[in-house]
Amino acid sequence: MKTVDLVIIGGGPAGMAAALSAYEKGITDLLILERDKELGGILNQCIHNGFGLHTFREELTGPEYACRYIDMVKEKRIPSLLNTMVVDVQGGMPCLITAMNKESGMFQIKAKAVVLAMGCRERARGAMNIPGFRPAGIYSAGTAQRYVNIEGRMPGKEIVVLGSGDIGLIMARRMTLQGAKVKMVAEIMPYSGGLRRNIVQCLDDFGIPLKLSHTVTEIHGKERVEGVTVARVDESLKPIPGTERFVSCDTLLLSCGLIPENELSQGAGAQMDEVTQGPVVNGRLETTVKGIFACGNVLHVHDLVDNVSKEAAQAGAYAADYILNGEEDWGEAVRPKIPAKSKCSLPEDRDISSQVICIGCPVGCMITVKKKEDGSLDITGNTCKKGEAYARSEFTAPVRTVTSMICVQGGSGVVVPVKTASEIPKEKIQACMDEIKSALVKAPVRVGDVLIENVAGTNIPVVATGNMD
Amino acid sequence: MYDVIIIGAGVSGCAIARELSRLQLKTIVLEKGLDVCEGTSKANSGIVHAGYDAKPGTLKAKLNVEGNRKMKMLSEELDFAYKQNGSLVLCFDEKDKEKLEELKERGEQNGVTGLQVLDREAVLVIEPHVGNQVVAALYAPTGGIVCPFGLTIALAENAAENGVEFVFDAKVNGINRVETGYQVETKKGNYEARLIINAAGVYADEVHNMVSEDEMKITPRKGEYLLYDKKVGDMVSSTLFQLPTALGKGILVTPTVHGNLLTGPTALDIEDKEGLETSKDGLDQVIEKAALSVNDIPGKAVITSFSGLRAHVTKWNKKEGDFIIEEVKDAPGFIDVAGIESPGLTSAPAIGEYVADMVKRLLKPEAKENFKSTRKGIPSMALASDEERQKLISEDPAYANVICRCEMVTEGEILNAIHRTLGATTTDGVKRRTRAGMGRCQSGFCNPKVVEILAREQKVDESEIRKSGADSWYLLPLEEGRSL
Repeated sequence: MKTVDLVIIGGGPAGMAAALSAYEKGITDLLILERDKELGGILNQCIHNGFGLHTFREELTGPEYACRYIDMVKEKRIPSLLNTMVVDVQGGMPCLITAMNKESGMFQIKAKAVVLAMGCRERARGAMNIPGFRPAGIYSAGTAQRYVNIEGRMPGKEIVVLGSGDIGLIMARRMTLQGAKVKMVAEIMPYSGGLRRNIVQCLDDFGIPLKLSHTVTEIHGKERVEGVTVARVDESLKPIPGTERFVSCDTLLLSCGLIPENELSQGAGAQMDEVTQGPVVNGRLETTVKGIFACGNVLHVHDLVDNVSKEAAQAGAYAADYILNGEEDWGEAVRPKIPAKSKCSLPEDRDISSQVICIGCPVGCMITVKKKEDGSLDITGNTCKKGEAYARSEFTAPVRTVTSMICVQGGSGVVVPVKTASEIPKEKIQACMDEIKSALVKAPVRVGDVLIENVAGTNIPVVATGNMD
Repeated sequence: MYDVIIIGAGVSGCAIARELSRLQLKTIVLEKGLDVCEGTSKANSGIVHAGYDAKPGTLKAKLNVEGNRKMKMLSEELDFAYKQNGSLVLCFDEKDKEKLEELKERGEQNGVTGLQVLDREAVLVIEPHVGNQVVAALYAPTGGIVCPFGLTIALAENAAENGVEFVFDAKVNGINRVETGYQVETKKGNYEARLIINAAGVYADEVHNMVSEDEMKITPRKGEYLLYDKKVGDMVSSTLFQLPTALGKGILVTPTVHGNLLTGPTALDIEDKEGLETSKDGLDQVIEKAALSVNDIPGKAVITSFSGLRAHVTKWNKKEGDFIIEEVKDAPGFIDVAGIESPGLTSAPAIGEYVADMVKRLLKPEAKENFKSTRKGIPSMALASDEERQKLISEDPAYANVICRCEMVTEGEILNAIHRTLGATTTDGVKRRTRAGMGRCQSGFCNPKVVEILAREQKVDESEIRKSGADSWYLLPLEEGRSL
């Protein structure tokens, strides 16, 4: 039986950060187990930007953020087993991990410590219990994201999104950029669960209505979705009779929240926390099971990947400590600080002629811009210099970074993620997408490769944000 | 020219097909769906009823008890999931206790063994979570649960292995009398046979009316259900029925053979024979009534809801409420197997034999010498021991590639489901054979992978893959033969 000091379950942002930090603490005999065919986790399908502002002090797309960590993991020669599913974890001295893959079949590994970093999963339709038919065409936003961004396939043409979490907002834009018609984003709460800047750059930019205090009360279509009934809800979130209306669509995307992936944590016998919905941990991110640590979205659902990396680095260090210095008294449970839920209710009462929401970072400052008599702009409400520059640009010549993918021939996959190397004029988005959609490149592709030199006459290149062999 | 055409590949049609496959007959099953088990057989309670419900002397009573007795052996022969978990009919009012005694008496007349009336204390020993209002119950140790897909698919596969042909996507459009029997017009062409067996479920009236003046009408009776996560599957161990109360006919709470918890069904007569939508009212009713039987079923643990349609006969010339299994008076050689509502699933093995006996009398066929009575199901990695797992993987490494995380279903199992006799061609087909997509995420994670495997194995584009029906597509076709 294989024996290592530390096993990390999950090779996404949490697993990689935990591995790197444990390595730096001197634990070099470690192993990452990843169920997918590559490291990076869900970041690989999050091809939009907005990642890394804290960790790398620059704005990256998901695959770029993942690549930075993958490069570091490779540089340190930290071993990983890909396409490997862990089916059971038991704590103790040592911990025992049961996994399987095509090469080795079922096998067990003994480890002095384990870091759980399996991430989270989306709430399914059943959890919402929406009545109606059960046709094809109901996807969780993340499943649709995988289809579009990894498989290069479109799951539908006319879309209704239920739930205004960030994934829902981002998929509304993504589907629109690829040519689908997004009819609306319905949100049962009186505020959006997504970041303000995503409401601006994913919905407002494309004229997609956000229906707050609305929900889907019925799904129509016997074989494929043919439409949904949308109704306004009252203060107790109950649909108000008489407000129902039929919205035709062939696809319903669900973006109704995430929950930690608890199968292994519970299988190990870890005590669970009803508030975080993940395992209970102490101040050293150790679960109630000896030798098993947890971090990232498997512990609680985070708002930003940067915070996942930070927490995971701590977990890796604590696990290293545990391996090097032995067990300490477990102490008491410390609930991880859960970020206050974004409650963004701006769209309906906003004066768009003078107010802009900054999309520069997740804070999403509401900035007021007034034209003074001398023609110069009076800008208030921003909390940093970037905000002022953004507001000025938004009032005079708005610009956006476009993220999408380009088809690849002869590669290990069919599409590679791309972005415009810098922002392009907002009115060029469509022309830019037309060129991106008709482009075809040959594998291999590396991050940063210029794939279109001058997109839509902007003199700005389109560059790859992921690798493809 | 066939000897027998069976219309409908539900549990009745497949059970009959399997029994006929013991005989030297040329038999074909015509099914309008793309798979077996696409109608009433796919959405029901999955209960093997003990047999105390039906009126003594009826076909329902006889075939229920017989079906119940046959189920265990059949599950061993054909390798599908079945469990004798016992059932309880819960009584909520002291005044109703005598109804339990009546039920017990009726059951005994029907030949049900082991029936016992238990007081609350005795019920609590078996079912500690039972509702506070429960005062007594009728205990039926022979009650059981079965996987309705597993049963139907196993019967069909075994029939096919023994030479019965199956044609899918073959909706029957008309039936004509010909000299030697009947000609059946379908979407897939015309078929002739000496005997026709009408096992068309909720459509059995339409098929019947194609040959007979004696009009039949089936009004689908919809039942809505809620299915709960396996983490609450052990809240009950037996199947809990309710004695009808002032609130109306009760609903059941039961574990499933796969360890989930199931509640339902409601009962509502509808006109639409494909009206499988659930409703808020219906689901609320299920939740409200289930709370009587079991305390504190957590609402958050619901993983899906669904509804099924019972083939309830509302117009017929003879006594109401019984199965209609007989040769049609004005259409010799045309056998109705109609009105197969509850306990139809339980009765299926007995219905198969009963109809085969009718066929034997009419056609006097010889028995087949090389009939193979057993069939092996798809191995389940989730249920296998470590040694069995290791063995499966060493034979085919695809058994190490987990596709459905929730139910731990591997690529090996999915490939097996696709390539076996009457293999899966749709994602629902894969789901019903392997449980991929049946778990708590309801296919959110595995759906793209299952679609990919189906497309790869059938050598078609992913846009060709369907959930179940012809219009249930998942992905748009590629434009000009490329990705987005």
